[in-house]
Order: sequence, then structure tokens, then C-alpha cells
Amino acid sequence: MLLQIETTHRPATDLGYLLHKNPAKLQSFDLSFGKVHVFYPIATEERCQVAVLLDVDPIGLVRGRRGPSGNNRSLDQYVNDRPYVASSFLSVAMNKLFATAMNGRSKERPELVDRPLPLKATLSVVPCRGGEELLRRLLEPLGYTLTAERHPLDERFPEWGEGPYHTVALEQTVTLRALLQHLYVLIPVLDNDKHYWVGEDEIEKLLARGESWLRTHPEKDLITTRYLKYQHRLTRDALARLASEDDLDPDATEHEHDVEEEEIEKPLSLNAQRMGSVLAALKASGAAQVLDLGCGEGNLLRDLLKEKQFARIVGMDVSLRSLERASERLKLERLPDMQRRRIELMHGSLIYRDERLAGFDAAAVVEVIEHLDPPRLRAFERAVFEFARPGTVVITTPNREYNVMWETLPAGTLRHRDHRFEWTRAEFREWAERVAESHGYAVRFLPVGPVEDAVGSPTQMGVFER
Amino acid sequence: MNIDLPELSFVVLIGVSGSGKSSFARKHFKRTEVLSSDYCRGLVADDENDQEATGDAFDVLHYIAGKRLKNGLLTVVDATNLRPEDRRQYVRLAREYHCLPVAIVLNLPEKLCHERNRERPDRDFGPHVIRNQRMALRRGLGRSGKGLRREGFRHVWVLDSVEGIEAVTVGRTPLWNNRKSEHGPFDIIGDVHGCFDELIGLLEELGYAVHRDESVPTGDWAVEPPTTDAGPPRTAVFVGDLVDRGPNSPAVLRLVMRMVAEGKAHCVPGNHDIKLLRKLSGKNVQITHGLAETLEQLDGESPEFIEQVRQFIDGLVSHYVFDDGKLVVAHAGLREEMQGRGSGKVREFCLFGETTGETDEFGLPVRYNWAAEYRGRAMVVYGHTPVPEADWLNGTICIDTGCVFGGKLSALRYPERDLVSVGATAVYSEPARPFLPTDSTAALSAQQQHDDMLHLADVVGKRIIDTRLQRNVTVREENATAALEVMSRFAADPRWLIYLPPTMSPSETTQRPGLLEHPAEALDYYRHRGVDEVVCEEKHMGSRAVVVVCRDSDAARERFGVTTGEFGICYTRTGRRFFDDAELESAFLGRVRDAAGQAGLWDDFDTTWLCLDCELMPWSAKAQALLRDQYAAVSSASRFALANVVPTLRQFASRPGNDEVNGLVDHYEGRRVAVEKYTDAYRQYCWSVESLDDLRLAPFHLLATEAGVHVDQDHVWHMSTLAKMAEHDSLLMATSHRVVALTDEASCDQAIAWWEDMTGRGGEGMVVKPRSFIARGRRGLLQPAVKCRGPEYLRIIYGPEYLSPEHLDRLRNRGLRHKRSLALREFALGLEALERFVRREPLRRTHECVFGVLALESEPVDPRL
Repeated sequence: MLLQIETTHRPATDLGYLLHKNPAKLQSFDLSFGKVHVFYPIATEERCQVAVLLDVDPIGLVRGRRGPSGNNRSLDQYVNDRPYVASSFLSVAMNKLFATAMNGRSKERPELVDRPLPLKATLSVVPCRGGEELLRRLLEPLGYTLTAERHPLDERFPEWGEGPYHTVALEQTVTLRALLQHLYVLIPVLDNDKHYWVGEDEIEKLLARGESWLRTHPEKDLITTRYLKYQHRLTRDALARLASEDDLDPDATEHEHDVEEEEIEKPLSLNAQRMGSVLAALKASGAAQVLDLGCGEGNLLRDLLKEKQFARIVGMDVSLRSLERASERLKLERLPDMQRRRIELMHGSLIYRDERLAGFDAAAVVEVIEHLDPPRLRAFERAVFEFARPGTVVITTPNREYNVMWETLPAGTLRHRDHRFEWTRAEFREWAERVAESHGYAVRFLPVGPVEDAVGSPTQMGVFER
Repeated sequence: MNIDLPELSFVVLIGVSGSGKSSFARKHFKRTEVLSSDYCRGLVADDENDQEATGDAFDVLHYIAGKRLKNGLLTVVDATNLRPEDRRQYVRLAREYHCLPVAIVLNLPEKLCHERNRERPDRDFGPHVIRNQRMALRRGLGRSGKGLRREGFRHVWVLDSVEGIEAVTVGRTPLWNNRKSEHGPFDIIGDVHGCFDELIGLLEELGYAVHRDESVPTGDWAVEPPTTDAGPPRTAVFVGDLVDRGPNSPAVLRLVMRMVAEGKAHCVPGNHDIKLLRKLSGKNVQITHGLAETLEQLDGESPEFIEQVRQFIDGLVSHYVFDDGKLVVAHAGLREEMQGRGSGKVREFCLFGETTGETDEFGLPVRYNWAAEYRGRAMVVYGHTPVPEADWLNGTICIDTGCVFGGKLSALRYPERDLVSVGATAVYSEPARPFLPTDSTAALSAQQQHDDMLHLADVVGKRIIDTRLQRNVTVREENATAALEVMSRFAADPRWLIYLPPTMSPSETTQRPGLLEHPAEALDYYRHRGVDEVVCEEKHMGSRAVVVVCRDSDAARERFGVTTGEFGICYTRTGRRFFDDAELESAFLGRVRDAAGQAGLWDDFDTTWLCLDCELMPWSAKAQALLRDQYAAVSSASRFALANVVPTLRQFASRPGNDEVNGLVDHYEGRRVAVEKYTDAYRQYCWSVESLDDLRLAPFHLLATEAGVHVDQDHVWHMSTLAKMAEHDSLLMATSHRVVALTDEASCDQAIAWWEDMTGRGGEGMVVKPRSFIARGRRGLLQPAVKCRGPEYLRIIYGPEYLSPEHLDRLRNRGLRHKRSLALREFALGLEALERFVRREPLRRTHECVFGVLALESEPVDPRL
């Protein structure tokens, strides 16, 4: 990874004084994850360019490393892009090389510290999945003229499309300190990853390097959230310290794919309506013992807990990670005993028969069936309607007809990457009626969300009663 | 006195403090058999005499007693047990676990007990305590223990004197149902119901010689078992219901009684037999369900014969456990927890099975299908409920094929598991509920219908799976948990998943310069473990694929219970469907099927299905996400990252006095070349797939067909059999391979040269397998295969620049032990899954192994190995 910063300020070689690095020499420094070299390919009166060459040890990254495993566990793999891209490794290296400059001190040229200089920075590879648009959103408000070239994944296989990598050049007459600070903060934000655990001190780093310019940045929420690795509490604290008058809800961000789905559905706040409808159906059933099958991170469980009617609440999910998050979000460890006894989380699967699920009054199966492969639905039907056999079953699933109402959703695609199907109203009705009939249930259907004449509601709900 | 205890008794000692219970228990029972209340007090309170701890102490005692009885162990309670309320719990526990509660009372004079207590410092209670205890004892005892019998104790022994206690011996007798030492072979015969002619026909069909014995006036039939060359003679076992409804119950009784008396047969009672017994014993019973016919037929018989019948039925034992517990015969079947136990409840179950308490439209009790939940190890053979065809379900089989209703009389040969039947010559009785299927095209077997739904309890939690190759493969709970998510969210229908391939370990790390792996180490591995010949196979770089293909969708339904109309599947090493596109998959499978047909495989193995272990190319067909997110991404990032570095460094170096950076220039030039080579490496394995013609399937194991799991054939056989298939379709490719004699240096050198040539041309490398499919060395099972990958290929595994000396040295430090242990365990489980499938065991038994492989795959192991 190569970072080059150049100036045409006269004398251009003052850059060396500002950076506290001698233009005549190549200097190398050891870092915990490799080496960094600083040298000046060009060092004339008219033009001076400093190059930061980061040499991350690819084997050391995997062996004997302590820290998080990175997005997609990339740091557990020898084949990973970290040695080659601008990431939090570069920010750490910059801090090592240029801390004095970033802090705005210069022994030899103090008068230049606050003076905007004509500067140009070039980064050889910047990973940014948001593409040029995100680069512009983050950098242009800071005054930069930006050129970004996005690279194909493999020119031999054009069908694989473009990768997340860009060669980026930034130009502006700006103080060197500001440029370094911007890069220091924004490189890991663009990359959206950190190679070390993020804790409280990360807020201090962010404020030290960003307080002066982040306050007025239109994307300060995004920058803060990403810089602090989506840790809501940290984000909240940091934003509070940046601007206390702003009122915002940092709980907005969720799991990535869920965010995708929510983003699409957001204008309707469909999720809330869905939970409300399911809750209403469960309450109306008179159930005391309820199951939330496929409870995910516990959205519905939270509502169920608030209702005294439900004496026993069991949430089941196939994903252990979701259950752990549900347990955290519901603060199960800290619930008073009487409350704690009402609720239980269990790991399980809807395509196996499970004796633990028998004997409940009602079950909610909210946005679950569309995650099952159609050939496995039969096992699901039997597990729920034949063996668990609650008095009432409430099932919701997307109504595919409604998808045309969402502008952000490309035609013909499903709302969530893991959806194996989305049914039209007729398809859902046909399935539900067959299931109800063969297991001795009666089923009625209810729309959830705003109803459009032609396409119905975004979510469809079936209430099965025995 | 001799106390003869049934082997599975719950022995309750009763006696006042100081009567010598503990000494008695010590003398006659194993230490672990005795549960003492004092000891339990000590456990929960650190003081054996702490009376306040009594409640907790007995909770512990009852708990342990329950566990022991559940596991079929004789258990003795050493406590005073003086009051009925103290003892009630024991009778309840014994009943719960179908054991016999028995009492031994130590009834010594009060004075003696008091003296004994005085000698012990920890028992400083007054004489009134003993007096009260004795009064309680006497109240409960009744006359010679009658009171205790009323409480439910099946045997009571009362010992009244010190001398008597001294002289006692305690023996143990096996239960009547315990015939574990009889190993057969058996011919188990279904409900006869007086169908004498069919019984004779069946016995003859089974090879028994049947003739009239003219030496007795009644002209009895004598039966001789089939003559066998070696081993014990065959024994007949009747599942009961000899009588009622049919034309000649007395003749049937006479024949069976004689066979039993001569030791040629065993018989368990059926509900009809017992009802006859009750009638003959003068009880008032309803003359229904064919009893009238029996009584009428018995009318002409002598009173002596009728008395013999009464005694015969009276002496029948509810069920038998044979062959070290591997076979259970009972009239109506038997749950696992009742097998080999004796209680009224067990007897009831054996006679009538279990009913739900409801009645059906014919007025008959609705039977609860206990066999659907059966998980026991023993095979259970039973009758009682007429079925059109004897059909296996979870290791149980009902062989009442309704002879008396015009069906047939069936027998099961054990251990062969062959069914033998003779048809009824008439309909002797009309069943209240038609038992022949109304729908003659019943598509799925009982087992397949049952297998439609797998139980969570059969896969989760810590599991220990007994496989033929390796005893007791353990699957840890957290790994099963991880597998559940994968299996539920991504895997194909479990009915198709009859195998998952094991992971494969690389060869030992080589010390040769510039290499991590080299064939010499792979060859050494086998030679050092006593293998003389190996087969080296070209390793294809694609994705591992398992292909199951049937002749047609009928075969898929019949053999796999798949009713979707599919005739096969192609799935990945984690059980996911390879193709998202059903049409493409069907076309693909069609070509595999046709090639198998043209190669004559269906006929050669007399099979309708086969299972292949394969590699499917190109890699890019399945690994798209991996390629895009990881391999191509790193290539793109690294090439753009390094493109400008060397020119930039040269710019600096061109200034006077800066030539010390030339070392750095060389370093970066080397890195640039490395990432180019890396890019070349992965690109080789990628090509665009527009149609089926762009795919290549290289099968390397013909794992299984109806003829069996072909692990008895060596790899040369597998290679040549599969090469025949490849001749018929360009979709399939034969794998090039070499047989290498490990003690012939030239042969080894040729193999190495072959590897160098293949990897030099960009090949992934090769796989070295012992010639025989399963190879064992001195320390057990050997790796079924060891891979040896080429240096360029390994760039995709260890990163573009792994060959730099500073990296390579560190990478050489890698441990193979865990990977190899994993490979063996998965190998054992995978083959076990296939073997269970071929044996037509219930799906859960196959699924257990497949699930186990998936679970083991979640064990953390270096993914680069």
C-alpha cells in the first residue's frame, strides 16, 4: 500500500520540515504488524512528494495475531487483502510517522502549520464498498477535488464485475494537519473495518483527530458509527460529545442484511406494524403459553414480555448468534426472577420434530417460512401443525405482489438475500388452506401494512386456529 | 435360609436401629449396590447422624436408586424403613422401572438392638426410641410379612434371630425372560390363530421336517428342525395368539406344546391365549373374538389335554430377550425400557401393546404406535396387529400378516432377517377392521413414512456414534449445535444425504527448499505404516461433489422415499444442493444416469441407484462468492497496490546517494511477480459456465449401490469402473492415476516425476491412497488418502507471497495431528452412514452419521491443511 502526498508550495521541500522526515533519506520503522518506509520520490524546490510505503507481514497477520478476525474473518486467512489496501493499519502507521504533524506542531516551520498549502494525496488502493458515491459523500464536504478509479475484480472475467477497490487522488489547498487528520479518520471508515478491538479509547482518538471538522460534517453519524465499529453505546457517547443539541436514535442500525431489508421497507415502519398485528392476534387467542418460532434477536419477545397475559414465553431460533443477541437485548440476565421465569430461549430447528414445543397455546412464526427451501416446507408443516400443535399459529410472510411499490427494490428481486421465495397472496392462501385443512385448523388472513388495491399489503398474515 | 433374589430386584432392608442392617448389606451385596440413608445424610450434611438432613438425604437416595434401576441394576436400601409411608416410595420407584420390590426384615429382640446401640458412641438415644421403632415395625409387618405384601412387595423374608441372620445365604436368579445366552438361529412365527394347515406349510417352507408321530394314540405331529451343517439347530419362536378364530386351535396347541417341551421352540403368550387360560381356569370371560370356536374345538378333547393346555399357557413368560440382548420377542412388541424387566405393566404391554384410549370407527381400540418412537438397540419382533405386509420400522417388525383373515402366515428368520410366508387357504374370519390396504399403491414403506419427520433429539447434544471402522466417534454438543444451523438452513432433503465426504490431510511438511509439500512425504507416510502399494490420483481442482443417481424417479421413491419426482441429487461437502437450477440439475443427472446405464452399472450391481464421490469442475461453478470476495479481490488489490511501488522507489533511487534502496526495489519486484503468479494460479481453475457442456465431473469413488458399500474393492477397481462410465459422456472424466509400489524406488521416483510434471503445468497436485479402500496399520486405521499439492497451487492457500524464504520457514511450522484425527473420524462416520443406508436402517440412523460429519467439520482446524 502506497500513500503519496505532494505539494507545489515554494519551497516545496518545506514538506519535510512539516512532516519531521528528511527528504534526502529513506527511513524505515518497525510496527507490530510489519514495517513502514518513508521516502521522497520527488524533492525539488517546485515539487515535493513524500511516499509512505506500508509493508504488512501477511504471515504475521494470521499467526500469533491478537485482535478481532475482521470482516468475514478475513484476518484468519493468508489470502486476504489487508497487506495491500488502505485500512486501519495505515492509520496506525500514520500515527507512528506523523503524530507531531497531526497534532499541529513543527519545530522548524511553525508558521506553516496553520497555513493552507496546495496539497495532493494519492492512495493506491482504497477499499470502499459504497463506491465513488460514498467517497464523494465523505470527502467533498471537506473541500477536496476527488478523482477515483474503481478497478475490476478480474479483467479476465468481466462478468464478475467491479471490486471494492479504488485508486483515489484528493486535491485541495488545505493545512497539512487537516489532510493528515482527514485521512487518518476516514481511511478505516471507508474500509469499514478495524484490525484491533474497539474500546472506549477509540472515542478519544476520534475526537482528537476529528473534533474540529467532524462537528459540521453532514455524514458525521455514518463516520462515527463506522469508526466505532457499530458499537451503539460508544457511538452514542461520541455523538453526544460532538453535538449535544442533536437528537438522534443510534439504535437505528441492525444486522447488515436486516438493515437492507429495513431500508427498503423503512418509509412504512412495517416491522412495527407487523409486530403489532402478531401481538394482537396472539392476545386475541387468549393464549397464556406462547412460542416465538424463529425469534431472531427478540423483537417480538420484547413485546410479549410486556403483556401479563403471557405466562410462559419461549423463543426459538436456529441461529445461536441471534439467540445470544436476543438474550443481550432483552437483558435476560438482569430480569427480576418473576419475569425471568416467564421467558426462555432455546436453540432449535423448525424442520425437526421437537418434543419441547408441544403443549403451547399459541405460536408466532414471523417472517420465517420464506427462509426455508420450498422442499423443506413439508417438514416445517408437520413439525409445527402435527407435532407442536399449538391452539393458534400466526404466520407472516412477505407479499411479493407488493414489491413493485418499493422504488429502491430492483424489479423481480426479493427483499432479503436469504429469502428462498416470496409468495403472492394467492400462493400463500393456497398453501395455508391446504396446511390448515390437513391438520384440522381453520385459517383466516389479514393484511399487515398499507393496503393497495392492486397489490395488497406488504406483509400477509395467516391466523390458524384449531 | 436361602434368599433367592430375582436378578433385578429393589431390595428394601427393614429393621430397627441396631438390628444389623448395614452389616447384613455389607456381607451379601456389592458396595455400590447398597444405598444407605446414613451415608446420604453425610453427603448432604457432613454428618451421618444429622436427623435434620433426613429429607434431603432421602431425596438423594431416591434419585440414585432411580438411576440404578433405570440402568437395570439391583439396588439395596439400607435404612430403618419402618413406616409404610417410608416404603411407599420404593414400591413406586420399582414399578416405575419395572423392577421387583422385595423386603428383607431383620426382626431382632429390642434388648439386643439396644445393647448394640449403646456400644456405639454416635447413637446416644434412649431406649424409648428403639421401643417406638419396634412398635412401628410390628404394625407394618403383619402376620409373617403379609402387611408388606399388601404394600406391594413381591417377596418378603423375615429373619427373626441372630443365628438365622448368620446362616442366611443370598442367591440371585435370572428373570424367566432372560435368554440372552441363546443365540439362535431362530425362526420367529407370527400369530397362528388356529390355522394349523398353514402352520404346517410354513414350518415345511422353513425347512422343518413335520410328520405324524404314530407312537402316541392322539397321533401328534412331531417336528424336527432343519438340518444344518454346523452350529446349533434352528429354534422356532411363536409370538403368541396360537388360538381363536381359526379352524383348528387344539392341533396348533398340541404341536407347539410338544415343540416347547422338546426344547425345539419357545412361545410367548398372546392376549387370546391368556383369555383362553382365564376361561379354562373358571374365570368369567366374554366369549367373543373367536373364543367360541376354540372352546367348541376343545370340546372333543380329553380333560387331561385341557389341563395340559391350561398349565402350558399359565407357564408362558411375557417376553423373551435373546442373543445378548439383541433380539426381543413379545406378542404386542415392547418398549426399550421394559425389555428384560418383569412387572404387571410389562406383561400388560406384551399382551396388548399400548392404546390411546380412543376407539376407531370399527369400535376397536386405537393402538398407539410405540414402534414409531422406538430407539432401542434390540430388534423387536412381534405380532398382535394384522398388517398386510411385514414391514420394518426403527428395528422392529410386526409379523402378524393376518393368516386367519385370509392373509398369510409369516415367519422371520433371525439373524438372516429373511421373511418367509405361506398364504391362507381360506378366509376363516372376517376382521372387524379391514387390514388389507384399501389403496394398493401405498407409495412409501412404513419406515419411509415415519422417516418423513426426523427428531431433534436424535441429532443434538453430545453424541457418541458407534461405527464399524472406529468405535465410539464422539460429536461434541457445541459442534452438533453448529451443524443444526447449517443442516436446517442450507442442506438438501435429509433423505438424499446418505454420505458426506471426510476432510483430507496433506502430506507431512517437506523440508525441501522452496516447497511446503512434496510426494516423498506422502509415500513415506504409507510405507512407514506397512503399506506396500498406493494409488496416486490426479487431484482435480474443482468442488467436492456427491452425486446420488437413480435409474428413474420410481427408484428414487422406492429406495430413498423421495416423492418429488426427482431421480437424484448432486450436493456439496456440506450437504447443500450444488445446482440452484432444477432443470440444469436434472439434465446433469440425466447424463450421469445414462452413462451409468451405458457402462452397464445397473446390471453389474443389480441396483437401481448409485452414489459417487466426485470433483466437479470448474471451481468457479460453485465457489463464485469465494472467488469474488477473496481470490479475485486479493488479486485486484495486490496488483494495483504493487504496480506503482517499484517505479516510485526507482524515482527515489535515481537521486545520487540513494542506491542503498536497491534491495527494497528487488524485494518489491519479487512481490509484484508473486501476485502475478498467484493470479495465474487461481485463474486456471476458472472458466465461464454457460451450459452443461462447460462442466466436468470427475468421479473417483463408486461409493455404494444396492449391492453394498464398495469399500471392499481397491482404488484400482474404483478407477477402472468409473473410467468405463467416462467413456460414454464427455461430461464425465476419468482420473489419471498411477499404481506405485512403495518398496520399489524407481516406481516412487516415477510418481514424484509425474507430480512434478503435473504441478509444473499448473495442476493442483495429487492424492495418494493406500491401494485398499480401508487400510490399517499397527496403530489402527490409516488415513484413507493424503494430498500433496503443487507449489503454485498453494499460493491460493497460503497467500501470493508465501514462497518468500522469510514466510516459508514460518509456514512450515504446521501441525497435522488434529486434521488427521478429524479425517479418520469423518471417514468412519461417512462410511457408516452408507452402510446403514444400504442395510435399510431408519433414516435417523443414517442422518445421525451425516449430521456427525457436518458437526465435526465445525471443529476448529487450520483451514489451509
